[in-house]
Amino acid sequence: MKIALFGNPNTGKSSMFNLLTGLRQQVSNFPGVTIEKRIGTFKIGDQKHQLTDFPGTYSIYPHSLDEEIVSQVVTNPTHEDFPELAIVVVDSSNLERNMLLFTQLYDLKIPLVLVLNMWDIAEKNGIKIDISALEFLFPGTPIITMNARIGLGKERLFAAISTTNKAQELSPFYDGFFPSPIEDKDAQKQEIQDRYEKLRTILPSIQGKKSSVKSTFSRKLDAIIIHRFWGYFIFSAVLLIIFQFIFAFATLPMDWIEHLFITLSAWLSGALPDGVLNNLLTQGILPGIAGVLMFIPQIALLFFFIALLEESGYLSRVVFIMDRLMRPFGLNGKSIVPLMSSVACAIPGIMATRTISDWKERLITIIIAPLMSCSARIPVYTLLIALVIPKTYVFGFISLQGLVLFALYSLGLVAALLLALVLKKFIRSKNNGFLIMEMPEYKKPRWSNIMISITEKIKVFVWDAGKVILAISIILWVLAAYGPSDSMSSKIRAIKETSLYIKSTEPQKETMIASAKLEGSFIGITGKYIEPIISPLGYDWKIGISLISSFAAREVFVGSLSTIHAVHDENERHENLQTHLKEARRSDGTPVYSLATGASLMVFYVFAMQCMATLAVVKKETKSWRWPFIQLVIMGIMAYVGALITYLILT
Amino acid sequence: MLKSLSEITLGEIVIVESITHPYLSNKLIEMGMQAGTELELLYKAPFGDPIAICMHGSLISLRLDEAKYIHVTSLPI
Repeated sequence: MKIALFGNPNTGKSSMFNLLTGLRQQVSNFPGVTIEKRIGTFKIGDQKHQLTDFPGTYSIYPHSLDEEIVSQVVTNPTHEDFPELAIVVVDSSNLERNMLLFTQLYDLKIPLVLVLNMWDIAEKNGIKIDISALEFLFPGTPIITMNARIGLGKERLFAAISTTNKAQELSPFYDGFFPSPIEDKDAQKQEIQDRYEKLRTILPSIQGKKSSVKSTFSRKLDAIIIHRFWGYFIFSAVLLIIFQFIFAFATLPMDWIEHLFITLSAWLSGALPDGVLNNLLTQGILPGIAGVLMFIPQIALLFFFIALLEESGYLSRVVFIMDRLMRPFGLNGKSIVPLMSSVACAIPGIMATRTISDWKERLITIIIAPLMSCSARIPVYTLLIALVIPKTYVFGFISLQGLVLFALYSLGLVAALLLALVLKKFIRSKNNGFLIMEMPEYKKPRWSNIMISITEKIKVFVWDAGKVILAISIILWVLAAYGPSDSMSSKIRAIKETSLYIKSTEPQKETMIASAKLEGSFIGITGKYIEPIISPLGYDWKIGISLISSFAAREVFVGSLSTIHAVHDENERHENLQTHLKEARRSDGTPVYSLATGASLMVFYVFAMQCMATLAVVKKETKSWRWPFIQLVIMGIMAYVGALITYLILT
Repeated sequence: MLKSLSEITLGEIVIVESITHPYLSNKLIEMGMQAGTELELLYKAPFGDPIAICMHGSLISLRLDEAKYIHVTSLPI
């Protein structure tokens, strides 16, 4: 049976969905709209049911894009998502407000099960609901009590689903014309007021006490958490702890994945006969898969924390205290988490924008997120800083190198906010952003909800973005491994004739051949071809090659520089590469890595969209190639102009 | 005295008189706000905006831009 889940925000609807379907969930889209659709399956005996989770709303009439799907589906029985049965989840402590949506769905003649959720809290607050009186008012609708967070009442729900009477002609709750036309706001207003009027006359006889008292615990906590000083202090501390965890614990599994794949491809390349297939597998496909899997530890850790903050109720307070600061930039308080996450990695950051219901605010957040300096830029920054920034101290104790690193992070943040300001003027939107939001009480996080959220995010990333990442990394491999006609072999022949090569040891010979191959490949030729374009920025063709190959991922820049300079680099700190680069000279004898070139490269990496995984995720989140393309162009222009200005100022 | 919800002070309890927001009135009404609803201003975010009010026992956040369309009177003492 096709079952739908409806309810107000903060009624424990997601807990209910997780309770019923567990890990048997998948995320797709409602047809024709960019709204996420969560579907799961569950069984009652031998009977299999499909459950669709709908966005939390207060009525069937929409006020934001994601709410539109509710009215589209429930008012159209021919819609492919129109349910055969709907479960309406309500907060038992706030029956009056929660019943509005229920009475609308009731009048739409959709067979319903009404779940009075969070029954334990209502009981604790002394609220008594006369269920049989409620059932008398809504004949044909089973009404059950539940506490979905701890799984209490699941059997009652299953029994209710199986016994719902579908073929009953019932008199509607509301006598007027219904549903009101979607454009006629006045008719909707009248209808809602009339429904409330009726609810307010009948509910007092059904429930003993009118409304709950907000717990004093939550109030005391809020006094600190929303405090004008302590609020920001606590939030900064929370962020600091999250980043510490990510840097401490994500790198380890990332190294494991890397080593596993290096071992695997070394073994495969020995086990398989030499040839194109061997190379494709060990140098194209396996590194591509590794490139996808490498992001999983960061995604998992970030979403662990985000889910924890969300489950506990803290996240809505962060939104509350950050909203005013973000608003001048066309952003929302909800943008803060994606932007902060992007300092670790833009991929989970962009995936976290789903909580922003306003499309314009969400889109701006998605576009500016990759400007926040992510962890993949660190190897590039540290190499370049070590190369061109002297190890001196400002005022005797502030490391100049550290100061430059800080400046690069700040540059990214400032650029992100400025870009947001510009985008705010250009992106049109029919809905205006708003922050009418219910802030839930603090509660203990439920671990299974957190685990399900992490699994879902990883699944989406691996299957949707993974395909694109794999495809692009194979293309990049082909371009680096092959060249036009005999361009590569002539480069190799040339290098073999040099006296340096003849005198070299075997490993040195190998790196020299690898360098010659890369130089003769399609990427190498393109690198040389674009030299006139990048020489105003102070770059030579070797940097050009590294720029192109690092389109896959920024950190590839360092490895690619090693290869093209034929540096055999064994230690992690790239000391060989550093000395080698310091000695690199232009044709006029000046060093290639001058301060101007180094700084210009750093600025380039702050701005450039050098991450195909991010582009793939933006495509996935915005449902078209349009926005990742625009993003690529905007950031490309910023990178080029920024690097050019830096180079010109410093020479 | 009639004033807007964006003008009241922390801890003040007021009664809603009317809601005149051009497109969000219905949302507020759906959330249970109507003429006669009691609101208590519980928190202001740093910089005074947004604000958090207690309505029917739930904590609701509003931007001042939204609150200014909610007209209220002080609770008679």
